[in-house]
Amino acid sequence: MSNTDPKLPYAITLDPGTSLANHTGSWRTFMPVYRDALPPCNNACPAGENIQGWLYHAEEGNYQAAWNVLVQDNPMPAIMGRVCYHPCESACNRKDLDEAVAVHAVERFLGDEALKQGWMPEATHADTGKRVLVVGAGPSGLSAAYHLRRLGHAVTIREAGPMAGGMMRFGIPKYRLPRDILDGEIARIVNFGVTLELNQKVEDIPAAFESEGFDAVFIAVGAHLAKRIDIPAHAAGRILDAASVLHDMETSPEPLQLGRRVIVYGGGNTAMDVARTAKRLGAEEAMIVYRRSRTEMPAHDFEATEAEQEGVLIHWLRTIKHIDETTFTVEKMEIDANGRPQATGEFETLEADTLIMALGQDVDTSFLQSVPGVKIARDGVVDVDEHMMTGYTGLFAGGDMVPSERTVTVAVGHGKKAAHHIDAWLKGQTYVKPAKHPLAAFDKLNTWYYDDAPQLVQPQLDIIRRQTSFDEVIGDLDESTALFEARRCLSCGNCFECDNCYGVCPDNAVKKLGPGKRFEFLYDFCKGCGLCAAECPCGAIDMIPEAS
Amino acid sequence: MTEHPSQSVKFYQTGTHTVGNRLLDETKRTVQASVDRSNAITSGHRACQGCGEALGARYALDSAMRATDGQLVAVNATGCLEVFTTPYPETSWQLPWLHSLFGNAPAVATGVAAAFRVKGRKDVRVIAQGGDGSTTDIGFGCLSGMFERNDDVLYICYDNEAYMNTGVQRSSATPPFARTATTQAIGEAPGNVFGTGKNLPLIAMAHNIPYVATASVADLHDLEYKVTKAMGMRGARYIHILVPCPLGWGSASDATIQVARLAIESGLFPLFEAEHGEVTQVSKIRRRVMAEDYLKVQKRFAHLFRKEGKDVDKIAVVQRMADHNIKRFGLMDEETAQ
Repeated sequence: MSNTDPKLPYAITLDPGTSLANHTGSWRTFMPVYRDALPPCNNACPAGENIQGWLYHAEEGNYQAAWNVLVQDNPMPAIMGRVCYHPCESACNRKDLDEAVAVHAVERFLGDEALKQGWMPEATHADTGKRVLVVGAGPSGLSAAYHLRRLGHAVTIREAGPMAGGMMRFGIPKYRLPRDILDGEIARIVNFGVTLELNQKVEDIPAAFESEGFDAVFIAVGAHLAKRIDIPAHAAGRILDAASVLHDMETSPEPLQLGRRVIVYGGGNTAMDVARTAKRLGAEEAMIVYRRSRTEMPAHDFEATEAEQEGVLIHWLRTIKHIDETTFTVEKMEIDANGRPQATGEFETLEADTLIMALGQDVDTSFLQSVPGVKIARDGVVDVDEHMMTGYTGLFAGGDMVPSERTVTVAVGHGKKAAHHIDAWLKGQTYVKPAKHPLAAFDKLNTWYYDDAPQLVQPQLDIIRRQTSFDEVIGDLDESTALFEARRCLSCGNCFECDNCYGVCPDNAVKKLGPGKRFEFLYDFCKGCGLCAAECPCGAIDMIPEAS
Repeated sequence: MTEHPSQSVKFYQTGTHTVGNRLLDETKRTVQASVDRSNAITSGHRACQGCGEALGARYALDSAMRATDGQLVAVNATGCLEVFTTPYPETSWQLPWLHSLFGNAPAVATGVAAAFRVKGRKDVRVIAQGGDGSTTDIGFGCLSGMFERNDDVLYICYDNEAYMNTGVQRSSATPPFARTATTQAIGEAPGNVFGTGKNLPLIAMAHNIPYVATASVADLHDLEYKVTKAMGMRGARYIHILVPCPLGWGSASDATIQVARLAIESGLFPLFEAEHGEVTQVSKIRRRVMAEDYLKVQKRFAHLFRKEGKDVDKIAVVQRMADHNIKRFGLMDEETAQ
């Protein structure tokens, strides 16, 4: 503003001033702030994956970057994308909009790309000179070994069996997890710098510390002793257990002969796997007998559905009371008010050549009996403290042998968690998990901005080949469909630079900082109307009261 | 020809609904997503918190600025937009801008356009703009004349459905039952009793001018598409933009876009374009809501939702208006209409 000529009257000679002199920020009673919230997928992942984080890169088509983020938490994406029961998808906010993002399918695509392209994880830490022994080459042991190696420790895995993989090999049939995928991901962990010793049963834990000089030991031997029950039998036919059947499928040079009519006893995923395996081996009748109903079964619903599609007959609400050679007397059950099965006194008979027990597995803790301080809980699993350490200093345990939900993903998560605790313990510290952001709930989203995009369906193998071969049942997404699926992510709770806040501010009080740098508020001018927060699709803006 | 955003390739993760998107090709992003947008109305203006008009005017002028390479003059009628941007001696305008009287903006703009024509400056384009008061009431004669002469001006009406600047008095664009300072919520027929408001887009179409369109702050892609298309044409053009007013409508300051969205999704404010008197494009309703959903978030309709019971009959009247629009403009596909 200037009035240079004093002879001119005041009012008509003022140069226009700019409204930028008027700091409207003083009007504000609430201020917008950017925040990051915890996406429900990340929150639900037992392996602690940063799912939204790797989907972010996959959305750009930058698959290697996505994979690199993924393997910071989970060294086996190709396996996980196939066998994980994806709690992330059950938690996904998109399910309330149309359908959950098929996280597992994208993960599988990334995992397969990595195997095809030979991607290796980046080493992050310098060698520490510490040596850690991992007992058992199942998902938990492999995961722990990988993470300990990343943290710079020298790691040796000792596996009692002839092949690595644990329950991923001896519990999950190949039609769900092809062995080249399993072998590929295990080989990558070994190539990452982990020593794997097969056919080496560890019997003496204290000796590993004292005579071999390991600084810490992580045991993850799993649970592979089949539970049995006694069934009164006049003359019993052939009785097998599910764990041995699935194990022999891997090790037996000859195809297994299970018989023409097979009854599988149990209602868990293993029961489904064994029944489906029997069908593939040529059983004319593969039956499941389970004492409760479909609602109570521990198996995942899709597993029962897939089994039924393949011709497995499931007898719900039945217990086996008596066996007379090939005649099985079963009693009908009913579910009481507490959800427990109760006998009805009504009987019927089934005919079968073979009975396979799939009633769960126990941990073989015999090698721990003599280790001082190690406590075995009443149900036969090993007690660990919140740092996953047993009562014997420096001895950690995880996976199926400690109290847990027994899935591959939980086991992988245990491996990672144990690795962090072991690492901290080796350094004389305590591992503290980073604080979690508040959960990004569905009601924080403005779903108007998300286009309708239902989940893509992965191709399925045709039914005849499913009944007669061990080819993989569920097919791949290709590049374009995986990209589409990744882009269905809503980015709940975390800015994905959609420019909405920058666009909808009536006061131009949002500054765009450029790709990857997000935005900042210009509080000199922000009036605090809250439009940015209301129109943010992913709920990444909070309105907080101004300090008075 | 400019491609309508609803016809462009569907883009996931967010579709084409957000302002921008890091994954979207630069050319497919809105003007508002750009760091180079002209910010035609800069910060420090004195519009209320959450002002729909400040937002709608910046949306429209920024895209007109891009479409004309910055060779643009705006003529403003009296009203909120004029007052809150230019309290003497400050201005928020980042383009040549004139204000004369309440009722003469179309005529002044005609004169500005004529002057540029005489000077041979075909590149400089003219926009006239005003609120619903200056457009549908006070300046209507001048506007009709501008249409009739087919002067080379784009006239934009920012419709907030009353005289907000002077304290929320009724205009001929005020909808039925709306409470204003001059149509109080008392008596037999509370709120505005004068009818359904003057429908200026249809009146503009009746002049057979080259281009008429309606737009809303709730659909930025559509708004920018229409302004850009209008600036690519010559002659008299008219765009009518619905801009909710938190103060006059009694809606929350952070609900401005949501209220505008409800107006579209209920069918009460149809989005369409017309060329030479014929409707050529209609935006379909995406997630239909009832008129009641739109009314109940605004305090100007609070008397329809009293504690002792809502006024079912009057709400039904508004619903019939919405249904009529849906039918008349084909706002829904046949199979989803019922």
